[in-house]
Amino acid sequence: MTVETSSKLEILRRIREANHTSSGEEAARNGWRGVPRNYKRARVHPQEVMLDLLVDRLREYDATVIRSDHDRIAHHVALRLEERGKNGLVIPAGIPASWLSVGFEFVRDDGLTFKELDMLGGVLTGSTLAIAETGTIVLQNLPGQGRRAISLIPDYHLCLVCTEDVVETVPEAMRRLQNTATLATTFISGPSATADIEMTRIKGVHGPRTLDVILFA
Amino acid sequence: MSGTALDPKTAPAFPIAARAAMKDSQLQRNVHHATQVIQTKRARVVAEMADWQELREAGEHIRRHTMEHLDFYLQEFEVNCARAGGIVHWATDAEEARQIVVGLVKASGSDEVIKIKSMTTEEIALNQALESEDIHPFETDLAELIIQLGRDQPSHIVVPALHKNRKQIKEIFQREMHLADLGDRPEDLADAARSFLREKFLHVRTGVSGANFLIAETGGVCVVESEGNGRMCLTLPETLITIAGIDKILPRFEDLEVMLQLLPRSATGERMNPYNSVWTGVHAGDGPQTFHVVLLDNGRTGILADWESRQTLHCIRCAACQNACPVYRQTGGHAYGSVYAGPIGAILTPQLQEMHYAQSLPYASSLCGACYEVCPVKINIPEVLIHLRQKVVEQNAAQVSSSFDIEALGMKAMAVTFRNERRFRAAQRMGRAAAKLLPRKDGWITWLPGMLGGWTQMRDLEEMPQETFRDWWQKREKDDR
Repeated sequence: MTVETSSKLEILRRIREANHTSSGEEAARNGWRGVPRNYKRARVHPQEVMLDLLVDRLREYDATVIRSDHDRIAHHVALRLEERGKNGLVIPAGIPASWLSVGFEFVRDDGLTFKELDMLGGVLTGSTLAIAETGTIVLQNLPGQGRRAISLIPDYHLCLVCTEDVVETVPEAMRRLQNTATLATTFISGPSATADIEMTRIKGVHGPRTLDVILFA
Repeated sequence: MSGTALDPKTAPAFPIAARAAMKDSQLQRNVHHATQVIQTKRARVVAEMADWQELREAGEHIRRHTMEHLDFYLQEFEVNCARAGGIVHWATDAEEARQIVVGLVKASGSDEVIKIKSMTTEEIALNQALESEDIHPFETDLAELIIQLGRDQPSHIVVPALHKNRKQIKEIFQREMHLADLGDRPEDLADAARSFLREKFLHVRTGVSGANFLIAETGGVCVVESEGNGRMCLTLPETLITIAGIDKILPRFEDLEVMLQLLPRSATGERMNPYNSVWTGVHAGDGPQTFHVVLLDNGRTGILADWESRQTLHCIRCAACQNACPVYRQTGGHAYGSVYAGPIGAILTPQLQEMHYAQSLPYASSLCGACYEVCPVKINIPEVLIHLRQKVVEQNAAQVSSSFDIEALGMKAMAVTFRNERRFRAAQRMGRAAAKLLPRKDGWITWLPGMLGGWTQMRDLEEMPQETFRDWWQKREKDDR
């Protein structure tokens, strides 16, 4: 529902006066199609080169990246947890059982409180896609990825990316996301960081301070 | 708790404020170091993009197109945001925006808010308005926290505490967080901020944010950040209030593909900043269940109406122009007397004041063009600066009756002199005679009397030669004969 307040009418009146005209849908759509888009919009590298690029870019952000076959995901999840000294992780609904290693505790998020998420200290999620050129992983509120708070409050994030979901460029990613554009969406490029002190990027402020990625085929 | 906001209405003129800043050698070292680091990083990640100029071209066109259809896109955004459960408010000026936000915070039943860094809330001095109603705003961006705890003011659009070094930040945190043993490694300081704010994130029920982009096509909002404090503020509270200038609109979701390449590389010299969030209205079971957007005009439509300077509104607040500007790098941000400093501040601030205040800012530039070269959406800042200088001159001339306007009289006299050879030669002779008294021993003139002093305030003048070119030419012709 929208309300026609006097301030709204006044602002729109000022804009139309400034533009000497009032715009409508057809004019806007036609004008938009006239925007020159001569930048790179598609992949140029072969698959393996592109995947190596993603791994390199993620490592530059100080994320740990492991390559794995589909059958060995649970094995690598266990290795990661051992290395990070974790007994278990929070998981969203929709995580395949085959990813979960035996001997660890996986707590499904059925509306955990923020305090509980803070105490649990780690989370395992899948992902919608990844962008090689920028080392970016995109999460959405979908099965296997869950609500935004679970990949935010715990200090450790173990994220699984399927090689089929990797694109090379930002424009390819936006095209893939177009149909789910209204879902809550988070672009993650490395662990939480700041450059606010003397412009030096340092890892770890409020989001997860450690990001491990398993890239599986 | 907050210091006095930077207010262009009361701030001293730039040359006066700049002179004070130039005496602070610590400030100069800090600003120099930080802008040097960020410029090097930016240059590296921009150089690796073979299509950078094409991206800038697209960015410029998207922004220009948006302004031409702003009335349509704002309404499209409102309809789509409302359909997704958001509530859109419109504010013609800062006062109206403050009233709306204070009212919404009160209605949320909270006397505390957690805030994402937002220059728009700085522009409208929102924190002071909240505090006067006994609502406590907590800044959560590391740099804004440094500013808030230090009762300081932002000096840079992207890194507001850029003028402080690690030692100074340590002292502020030690004092305000009562941490006697705090170290001064950046990691120590980030850890301190994490512990200090954790409790607030988990408990405060109302969040306030700015926006990087409002997506008309979907009604979505995009926030670009690094630390995760943004994600906390827009995910964990029950109520979220976003304040955005009407210029923040993007036509379509797809347009993010241009902006999300241009902005991080220009702003922090990263291929992508750690976190970008896009949300659309209210998401059931995920994030705030009450969501408001306040669309702010506050002088922006006035800028839109001036066709020679409306490109000012294309700005996506990356601050690359600040980092590149030789003037900003000497003075730092506070001298500009506004939350928007540097070249973009020099054109944006006076226009947001409808040219009534901050009239010295369009002159705070050597017109070297470095700002234009790095601007990701190709705003021709030097062109706008010159246009605004013309406006300042016209305005001043209109205020005084023209017969008393000494500068205009001087220009008229000069025109009369230049039109006639005899008068021109006489003026040259007089000038040489008068100027004999002025040079120092090294031949440079560093002081001129009266209104001419405006020239030597900024630069030295070389001693007049003994002979003019015309005299030499005539003598040469005579000698040849």
